[in-house]
Amino acid sequence: MSDVQILAGPYSHSGASVSRTMGLVLLALVPSTAFGFIQFGWPSIYLFLVTVLTAILAEALCLKVAKKPVMLHIMDGSGILTGWLLAMTLPPWAPWWIGAVGSIIAITLAKQAFGGLGQNVFNPAMVARTVLLISCPIQMTQFLGPQPIFAESAPDFLGGLAITFGGHPEIDAITSASLLGTIKTELGRGEVLQQILAQSFDLRNMVIGFAPGSMGETSAILALIGGLFLLATRVISWHIPVAMIGAMCALSGLAHLLDPSHFPSPLVHLVSGTFAFAVFFIATDYVTAPGSPLGKIIFGVGVGTLTFIIRTWAAYPEGVAFAILLMNSTVPLIDTYIKPRIYGRTRKGDPIKLKEAKKGEAR
Amino acid sequence: MRLFKIKGGIHPDGRKELAENEKIEQMPLPTLMRIPLKQHTGAPANPIVAKGDMVKKGQVMALSRGAVSATIHAPTSGRIIAIGRFVAPHASGLPEPTITLRPDGEDEWDTLPPPLDPFETDPDTLANRIAEAGVVGLGGAAFPAAVKLNLRNRTELHTLIINAAECEPYITCDDRLMRERAEEIIDGVAIICHTIGVKKALIGVEKNKPEAIKALKKQVAKQDRYDIKVIEVPTRYPTGFAKHLVQILTGLEVPARALTAEVGVIVHNVATTFAIQQAVRFGRPLISRIVTVSGEMITRKGNFEVPIGTPISHIIEHCGGFIDEPEKLLLGGSMMGDPVSSTRAPIIKGSNGILALGRKETSQKPIMPCIRCTSCVAACPCGLMPYEMAARIKADELESAVDIGLRDCIACGSCSFVCPANIPLVQYFNYAKGSLTAKQRAAHKQEETKRLVQFHDERMEKIKKEKQAAMARMKAERAAKKRLKEHEEAAKAKTATPEEASSAPKSEKVRAEA
Amino acid sequence: MLAAIGALLALGLLIGGGLGLAAYYLRVEGNPIAGEIEDMLPGSNCGQCGFLGCADAANALADHKAEVTLCPPGGRDLATALADKLGVEADLSSMKDTGPMIAFVFEDLCIGCTKCSKRCPTDAIVGASKQIHGVVDDACTGCEKCADVCPTGAIAMRKESTTIQTWHWPKPELALAS
Repeated sequence: MSDVQILAGPYSHSGASVSRTMGLVLLALVPSTAFGFIQFGWPSIYLFLVTVLTAILAEALCLKVAKKPVMLHIMDGSGILTGWLLAMTLPPWAPWWIGAVGSIIAITLAKQAFGGLGQNVFNPAMVARTVLLISCPIQMTQFLGPQPIFAESAPDFLGGLAITFGGHPEIDAITSASLLGTIKTELGRGEVLQQILAQSFDLRNMVIGFAPGSMGETSAILALIGGLFLLATRVISWHIPVAMIGAMCALSGLAHLLDPSHFPSPLVHLVSGTFAFAVFFIATDYVTAPGSPLGKIIFGVGVGTLTFIIRTWAAYPEGVAFAILLMNSTVPLIDTYIKPRIYGRTRKGDPIKLKEAKKGEAR
Repeated sequence: MRLFKIKGGIHPDGRKELAENEKIEQMPLPTLMRIPLKQHTGAPANPIVAKGDMVKKGQVMALSRGAVSATIHAPTSGRIIAIGRFVAPHASGLPEPTITLRPDGEDEWDTLPPPLDPFETDPDTLANRIAEAGVVGLGGAAFPAAVKLNLRNRTELHTLIINAAECEPYITCDDRLMRERAEEIIDGVAIICHTIGVKKALIGVEKNKPEAIKALKKQVAKQDRYDIKVIEVPTRYPTGFAKHLVQILTGLEVPARALTAEVGVIVHNVATTFAIQQAVRFGRPLISRIVTVSGEMITRKGNFEVPIGTPISHIIEHCGGFIDEPEKLLLGGSMMGDPVSSTRAPIIKGSNGILALGRKETSQKPIMPCIRCTSCVAACPCGLMPYEMAARIKADELESAVDIGLRDCIACGSCSFVCPANIPLVQYFNYAKGSLTAKQRAAHKQEETKRLVQFHDERMEKIKKEKQAAMARMKAERAAKKRLKEHEEAAKAKTATPEEASSAPKSEKVRAEA
Repeated sequence: MLAAIGALLALGLLIGGGLGLAAYYLRVEGNPIAGEIEDMLPGSNCGQCGFLGCADAANALADHKAEVTLCPPGGRDLATALADKLGVEADLSSMKDTGPMIAFVFEDLCIGCTKCSKRCPTDAIVGASKQIHGVVDDACTGCEKCADVCPTGAIAMRKESTTIQTWHWPKPELALAS
């Protein structure tokens, strides 16, 4: 590659690189991941390793087949990130093959089949999660309460191996549903929301993450910290997170005001499920989000709205993955019609009228 | 004063510390000078000297031709040894019509036009003087200055903006000029104000040039003829683009494809202002300019007053050569500059710097696929979507790249600068613009061809007809002759035997009629 | 059952009839695309394609009776444009991509016979009888007619030279990591 002569300027560069960007995202994921490990013990570590390693292997294999420089693309970090993100959305005690199959789906089907880095239409991690959720509903919904890694009840190093790789017969005994699942089930039984929440909702635990759920999604506060880090390092812009949270708050707030006994408050929505995690790490995925600032806002509003609709009325208790995939499919359309205004032109693309320009002079 | 915001922009490492404290030095004359006939936007100048002529410093060598063009003068006294094609200071390295001058070392001035008192002179005379002096925009585009001044006749102007932003990294020639020649510059501002008939002038200087700002402010305070303001603008590339500077200073947005004059503003570069002042006050034509020599790899960095036509190699030699083989040798700044194809090429009116960049300064990394991170969208000062345009150009869909604003791209390079995938976005755009122009040229040629073919066919048809007509005429003539002859013979015969000859002419006549 | 068959039959008849009427009344005389194709062709009627001039070639192209690569002076660009227009795949492998070519007269071989200038469809060759001929680059279409008739082989086709005015940055043809 060094023999390639690029002639035209500029000859200065900011120093930004794909691997640096991906590295920053991985760094932002560290708090949530570390917390997940502590929270769910050895099995979650094994599952994480299996998922990420499979992702790297699948990526390498695909690159080899496509005759692309393997090391260069492995080092860009995008494959690792996909595997990592997927692992964060899996139930921490799921068997190893869930992670492996998920990674293979994400890398081969959702990413490399479209042409590799930058070409995929749908977020690979979300494709994998959705496929797994539909194909293996049992394994994908066996959440469990926190089993801190050094606690008495938690499995030790070998016990963890047994759970992840051996299949654990008693796992059913200790699983508990996620908050959103509980709400859906109980509402279905005709219970009133206030009662359900009184039993199963503890805001402090939800924010910090002492709750059943996927490895990376339980702690809203750590997702927020990671997100703020990404905003501060300008890896992501504010548009999608703000639009997504705004849409969710507006809709759930309105519904909650109208009927508090059936619609959870915005706060419940924000801290439960994958929402906080997805706001900062999934929906902001460059490749599958629109290019213009206004487009990003539309995209964010769409994801927030669809998540609320799916959570409230659809069969699945959690809808972030579906919402993101649905909005991913609209991105080409959004990018076609929503573009930034070009200097000296109206939004429609005609040169601005001189009269308008004169108005600026009057101030 | 309130400043306005522009979209996008970047903050490259200015690297101005390399040369900003070096005083302007006179560059000694080289042994040979190459003066291209086209150093400006518009038509090349028309040479009026011949090989072997002796010229004096400041003598006109080539006259401007057409509405947009500029006159070219001898940078020193000497002999014209060739008028031919010579490698141009252009990325292509292709040759261009050039006058080669061998200096005689005397550096003897020609008789210059008389100094003018600008405020007692009418604007037309001033504009003519500036045109005769061959002054062009020294910021880079080299647009003939007088043409811009004459826009006063077309639109109503209200503000003069002096572009002293100098946002290009490394380049410090305008900074030095402002520090050392502030008085002349402010005088120049007043001259332009008088010429275009405006009362208000704004000098936009980036904040990273505090000394230049101080020097200018001092001089501004000394005069009260015009409302001149020195304004610090934020240090951000590409503040120095005329339309963007206009927006920052006045809030006016120039419509697409239009000139700044259409919103009542004329923009001149600060070095151009100096050249205008010299032309008016002293009758001096534009035969030299300040050039910044910088970059890690050049032994001596500095700012030099270089006669137009000095070969780049001469300047490099004067600066002690390279410390190490430069990774990139550039003419201009590191954002908009072009690679030097040959160091034999000369400095021309629009060249503001020579940069010898080391590997560290230009580190080129492998090109990755676009990850649609949209940092280019955020950096674009024109509101374009560079990644999308490049993708379309890559797929050979040039027209569709135009649909999303390719023609509005100013090639500032902000997008390439921030691209984490190192995609050569600017080169894609340059390629597409050039390729589309070539296509237009081809289409034009095709139309011309059709016209020529029609013309050719019509002419051929005409020739054929003429030939036929000529043949017919000849035949008729021959027949007439024959008839005449026969007639005579018949007449002769008649005198002998009238009955015998009467049948022959008759039959001949019948045949001729048929 | 019968009602369904009847309904479908009626529907079929109605639509079929409608199409038949439309085909009859809205018929387009000639192939409308031929004119557009003719506009795309160089228009020098050089005959290198084997047809009698560009109009003839355009008709053949419109009827899909000729390859889109038929026109050497048009080159690859024209072939791809034609393929786009006709909605066919262009097989460019047979075309040399030399870019536009123009004629060039070797002065020491030219005998000034004027055969070439008479053949030139665009009057691009100048020079009177017994004088060396020259080519007006801007008018030459590269049809090669002149080269064919030159008795001394003094005319060769050359690539049009690039000048600063016609030069542009090349497309970044890089060993992309993608």
